[in-house]
Amino acid sequence: MGYSKHQLLARLKELQIDFSQYEHPVVLTVEAQAKYVGNVGGALSKNLFLKDKKHRYYVVSALADTKVDMKVLSQRLGLGKGGLRMAPEEALGEILKVPLGCVTPFALVNESASHVSLLLDKGFKTQERCIFHPLSNDMSISLNAFGLDKFLKSIGRDPTYIDMEANPPVGKDQPPDLASLVPSGSTVLPDLPEKTPSQDSSGNHPSAGNNSTAVTAKADKPSSAVQNVKEKSVNGVQPSIPSTDAGNFVEELLDRTSTLLLSEISEDSIKRHGGQLGAEVANNIKKCLREDLKNLATIFKNTAYTEGFYAGTHYQPKRL
Amino acid sequence: MEKVEDQNPQQEEDQVVNPWEVSAKDGGKIDYDKLIDKFGCQRLDQSFVDRVQRLTSRPPHVFLRRGVFFAHRDFNDILDAYERGQKFYLYTGRGPSSEALHLGHLIPFMFTKYLQDAFKVPLVIQLTDDEKCMWKNLSVEESQRLARENAKDIIACGFDISKTFIFSDFDYVGGAFYKNMVKVAKCVTYNKVVGIFGFTGEDHIGKVSFPPVQAVPSFPSSFPHLFSGKDDLRCLIPCAIDQDPYFRMTRDVAPRIGYHKPALIESLFFPALQGETGKMSASDPNSAIYVTDSAKDIKYKVNKHAFTGGQETIEKHRQYGANLEVDIPIKYLNFFLEDDAELEHIKKEYGAGRMLTGEVKKRLIEVLTEIVERHQRARAAVTDEMVDAFMAVRPLPNMFD
Repeated sequence: MGYSKHQLLARLKELQIDFSQYEHPVVLTVEAQAKYVGNVGGALSKNLFLKDKKHRYYVVSALADTKVDMKVLSQRLGLGKGGLRMAPEEALGEILKVPLGCVTPFALVNESASHVSLLLDKGFKTQERCIFHPLSNDMSISLNAFGLDKFLKSIGRDPTYIDMEANPPVGKDQPPDLASLVPSGSTVLPDLPEKTPSQDSSGNHPSAGNNSTAVTAKADKPSSAVQNVKEKSVNGVQPSIPSTDAGNFVEELLDRTSTLLLSEISEDSIKRHGGQLGAEVANNIKKCLREDLKNLATIFKNTAYTEGFYAGTHYQPKRL
Repeated sequence: MEKVEDQNPQQEEDQVVNPWEVSAKDGGKIDYDKLIDKFGCQRLDQSFVDRVQRLTSRPPHVFLRRGVFFAHRDFNDILDAYERGQKFYLYTGRGPSSEALHLGHLIPFMFTKYLQDAFKVPLVIQLTDDEKCMWKNLSVEESQRLARENAKDIIACGFDISKTFIFSDFDYVGGAFYKNMVKVAKCVTYNKVVGIFGFTGEDHIGKVSFPPVQAVPSFPSSFPHLFSGKDDLRCLIPCAIDQDPYFRMTRDVAPRIGYHKPALIESLFFPALQGETGKMSASDPNSAIYVTDSAKDIKYKVNKHAFTGGQETIEKHRQYGANLEVDIPIKYLNFFLEDDAELEHIKKEYGAGRMLTGEVKKRLIEVLTEIVERHQRARAAVTDEMVDAFMAVRPLPNMFD
């Protein structure tokens, strides 16, 4: 399924990238890894797999000594101060296709990681060699940053090195400096009309990344882009029904109504209203839920319209 | 005959209110009465609120009830025409200068959504990416990107896609829109625009020629795909009062080119957490509640940074009560707490010293968290495809239904 360690090593050799490999017992932490390869003359790396509130993923790869402040990074990416969290374990296997303790820039070779953004520590460039896991924790490889670049370019990635310890101010007049590294969509539809043509060749515009992933992404209906959001939400705010499934929609409406109904009926309220409790509760439910339910309905309508719009703009006229 | 602001507003010593700067006199509060007087618009009194309730058969929006939208121009004409069966369309907008939207930014949009639902009318939303490119010195691509990002938050406010057209200037200017821009530009002398907006000889020509861009969405002929044949359609513009100069200029020009003057309905400024005298600024995340804040962030910001009118000690507070004039939690509740009776109760108890600041803050945190979480859920449901659909130049056949 995912790329294997052997396939990766073979690929590196094919690309004539100079590297050294070291086998060792399985390690889960940088400290443990250091015991085995700390003295081989390469700089150890620490690798984080992060996600933001909009279910976009990031691999942050830095020298083990570099201070990485997630709050600062989050701000620099334009996600606000608490926008970045560690990604859940399942995502490691699902997206990066690597086991726990094995996050590595090389995992981006997998198609499932095509929309994951990669942030590399510019400190790597100053080292002779840097050490990473080659998709498995029972081995480490050391190579020069040039070698890493060559590999990344071969999988269609533009390596971006940043100063991880920098803490530039972010505000109204200073837009977040790393905003262009935020992935611009969880699933990308291959022939979506590109309204904002990126003439800028500096490659900083997010749609540049879009273009390279567009070819490899699955051709899904727009509603499933939105289904993904529902599945991936683990912590934080649960998205409302961002789908056009009438069944789910109705379930959500009924859930909210019955929750409110149950809270309205108590010994106390029965005593207070007696036979009139029905009318009283009905009124309260209408009053409290009216706006909420209308909002949900509008979201449903907008999503359905969008599906129709997409279908309409991609429809092929009958051949005469 | 309407007062047209001729003086360069920045030469006056007291408060400065224009689209690019808002500051009170001597670091005090904005004097809204003076502003209405100086600008020449009208107060929106209770009779209007009652009339809106009658015409729309639903309770008026909390912002109307609490005087958040407090000034207008020709709103009575809009209501008169509506009563006669003549509809209108709504026009509002945003300058996408940053991705960080706070609750203050959402206020005109929340109100506009209510107007759209209550009156069942269409809406155009302008994203002035060109303006921000010029004034904030952003690259063209960055301002376009921000426009799309902001569009998502705007859509999350709950606009009906079958009645709403969102457009960015970079995408849409041209054709009939541009023809109207030229018509407007021909009617405004250089001296006039300097007088209204305070441009100087050092300002580049992009800035000087921008005002028509924000003026012409007030004219239905700027949107031939929507309002073709409806040249008589009136326009209502909900906005914050600092945008008034653009529309004073527009109203001055409109009759000269054969169009209705757009009507306006204007709001107060949303105070910063630190108080009326503080400036809400995107570079100080603690000065405002952002739509991306978590429940924890909101709790922290309100508890630690909200300026209160409570007394220094509990004894003093019980004795003297809170100063409601400067208390930010009360002001925020005024904006966002739906229940009139509950707000009155809180004001009474807090003002008398029977309720403590902590309780008021707690209630505010609940209210704000609910709003922000609802917004985030809705925002999560907005896809790039939905933005494309909202921004597509397409007919809206059911826009008055």
